[in-house]
Amino acid sequence: MKKLILVLAFLLPNAVFAAGGGAHLDTANYDLTDKASLQSGAMLFQNYCLGCHQMQYQRYQRAFEDLDVPVELGQANLQFTGEKPGEFIKNGMPADSAAKWFGAPPPDLTLVARVRGADWLYTYLRTFYVDESRPFGVNNLVFPEVGMPHVLQELQGVPSKTTEAHMVDGEMVERYVGIKSDGSGVLSPEEYDTAVLDLVNYLVYTGEPSRLESESIGRWVIVFLLVFFVLIYLLKKEYWRDVH
Amino acid sequence: MFKNLMEWIEYRLPIMRVANMHAVQYPAPRNMNFWYVFGFLATIVLVNQIVTGIWLTMSFEPSAERAFASVEFIMRDVEYGWILRYMHSTGASAFFIVVYLHMFRGMIYGSYQKPRELLWLFGMFIYLALMAEAFMGYVLPWGQMSYWGAQVIVSLFSAIPVIGPDLVVWIQGDYVISGATLNRFFALHVIALPLVIVILVFLHIVALHEVGSNNPDGTDVKRKKGSLSEDEKTKFKIHEYYTSKYDIIDDIVPFFPHIVLKDLVAFSLFLIAFCYVMFFNPGMGGYFLEHPNFEIANGLKTPEHIFPVWYFTPFYAILKAVPHKLGGVICMFAAIVALALLPWIDRGRVKSWRYRCGLHTWNLIIFAGVFIFLGYLGGTPQEAWKIIASQILTIMYFGFFFLLWIYSKNEKTKPVPARITG
Repeated sequence: MKKLILVLAFLLPNAVFAAGGGAHLDTANYDLTDKASLQSGAMLFQNYCLGCHQMQYQRYQRAFEDLDVPVELGQANLQFTGEKPGEFIKNGMPADSAAKWFGAPPPDLTLVARVRGADWLYTYLRTFYVDESRPFGVNNLVFPEVGMPHVLQELQGVPSKTTEAHMVDGEMVERYVGIKSDGSGVLSPEEYDTAVLDLVNYLVYTGEPSRLESESIGRWVIVFLLVFFVLIYLLKKEYWRDVH
Repeated sequence: MFKNLMEWIEYRLPIMRVANMHAVQYPAPRNMNFWYVFGFLATIVLVNQIVTGIWLTMSFEPSAERAFASVEFIMRDVEYGWILRYMHSTGASAFFIVVYLHMFRGMIYGSYQKPRELLWLFGMFIYLALMAEAFMGYVLPWGQMSYWGAQVIVSLFSAIPVIGPDLVVWIQGDYVISGATLNRFFALHVIALPLVIVILVFLHIVALHEVGSNNPDGTDVKRKKGSLSEDEKTKFKIHEYYTSKYDIIDDIVPFFPHIVLKDLVAFSLFLIAFCYVMFFNPGMGGYFLEHPNFEIANGLKTPEHIFPVWYFTPFYAILKAVPHKLGGVICMFAAIVALALLPWIDRGRVKSWRYRCGLHTWNLIIFAGVFIFLGYLGGTPQEAWKIIASQILTIMYFGFFFLLWIYSKNEKTKPVPARITG
C-alpha cells in the first residue's frame, strides 16, 4: 500500500502532463553542440529572416560568443548594419507598415522555438507549397493560410503538392506523395533539409542561450546531491538505530 | 566569552528557549512516515521563492512595455539570472506538488479532526493565499498566457450579481487587463501576499506545536499528567513546556536531530527531482512554463486554447463543468470551502484511515483520482466527452464530502492501539 502510494505520488505530475496532439510533425534532430550548424543557421537567419523578423532580445555579441565566432569576423559577416556588437538583432522595418503589408507585423523570432517547438519550425519551413489563391502564391501545411511568402524558395526551388499515378485494383489512382520542389533551387532536397535544420538549431539556441550551460552545471549538481543523499541517509540511520 | 555573550542575549531575548521548545526538544511521534515530510518541504520552497523572488525584483520591470523584455534580460544578461528565474518558476509548481501531498496526508490520517481544526483552517488559508500569489505571479512575465489567463480569472468576478462588472474594473484598475493591472499584481505578489503567507505559516506552526503532531496511528502521545510510570515515559530530553502539562509516552523522538535528519533525507531526494527539472527541463513539456507564454501579451490575438497552469486545472474543470457562469464560480469556490469544512463534515472520532471503515479508504483514494482526472480535463483542449466527464467528476468530488458526512456518523471502526505501532 505504502509503495503504491509512493509510486502514485511520483506519477501524479506525469499523469497530468501526459497530454498533446495536433498535426503530424517531422522530428528535428538538432544539436546545440554543433557550432558549425549553429553558425550556418545564424547566417541563414541574417540573410533570409532578418529582413522582416527581428530578434529583439538577442544580442549579436552573445551569439558570437556562444557560437565561437570571433567578434571581428562576426561583425563582418553577420552584422550587416554596422551596429556595435552589444546591440540587439533588429531590423529597420516600421511595424505599422509591416502590419499593412502582411496583415500582421512579422513576429519576433528570439523565442519562437519555445512557442512553437523545434519540430513545428522544422516542418513548417519544409512544407510551403504553391497555392495561387494566396496573396504570395504559397500556402503551408502546418500553418494554413499563412501570411508569409516562401522566403527560402531561392534555396528550395518552387515546391508543390505532388501526386503520382498508381495502379490500385486494376485502376489508376492519383496518390498524394508529399511536397516536391521543381528543382530550380540552389540546394538539393537533402541539402535543403540540412539548411532548415541548421536554422532551427539556431532558433532553438536563441530561445534559451543558457541551455548547454544549464545542463553542464546540472549534471554536477545531481552528482553532488546523490552523494549528499547517501551521507545524510547513513547519518539518519545511525541516529534512528536505537528508536524501535 | 561566547557563552557570556549568549547568556547576555538570552537574558534579554529568549532565542534558545524558543529554539529548544519548537525546534529541538519538541516531541514528535516516532512513527511519522514519509507523508510527514511535505510540510518541511513546503517551508523550504517558501524560502526559495522569497529569496529568488528578491533577486528577480532587482531586474524585473513591472510595466506592460518592459515586463516581457526584462524577463528575457534576466534570462540572458543578468549573471546566472536564468538559474534564479528557473528556481522561482520550478519552485511555484513544486510548491503546489508538496502542498497537495501535505493536504492529502492530513486527509488520510485525519489530521484535521479535533483538536486540530484551527490548524487545518490556517492551512486552508495558506492554500488560498498561495493560489492568489501564484496567479498574480504568473501574470508578471506578461506573456500571452499571463494576459489571457488573467482575463479569464478576473472576469469570473463579473458573474457576481449587481456589483460584478464594477468589481472587475476595480480589480483591473482599467477597463481591460493592462499595465495598471500588471503594476498592482506586482505589488500584491512581491509584498502583500508573501507577508500574509509568512504570517499564516507562523500561525500554522504555532497552532501545530500547541496541539502536537498527529501520526499515522492517530494515537495521542501526550497523556494526562501523572498517568504514566517513569518506565513508560520517554527517555529523550523534552522541553518542560510539554512535560509540565502532560506525561509524554515513550513513543516519541525529539525534533532535533531525529526529525530534522529524516526531513533532510526527504529534502535531498526532493532536491534531486527539483534540480533535474530546473536544469534539464524547466518548461516540463509546457506544464510548468506554458509554450504560448514565450510570446509577448497581445490583447488583440486570443490564443487557440487558454489554460491555467496545471495546479489550478482541477478547479478550472469544475468551473467549466457547470453551464451557468455564476453557478460555475460558486461550485469552484464551494470545492475549496468543502475542504476547509472537513473537520465538521467528518463526524468520526477515529482519525487514521488505518482504523476506519473500508469505505473510507476507497472514498479517499477515489477522491484523489477524481482530483487528478479533473486536472487533466481542465488542462487539455475541450472535447464533447470531456464536458460530460467533468460534470460526473464534479459530482463525485462533492460526493466525497457527502458520503463522508453520512458514513462517519455511525462508522464501524477498528480499535485504535493504545501505543504507537510499527
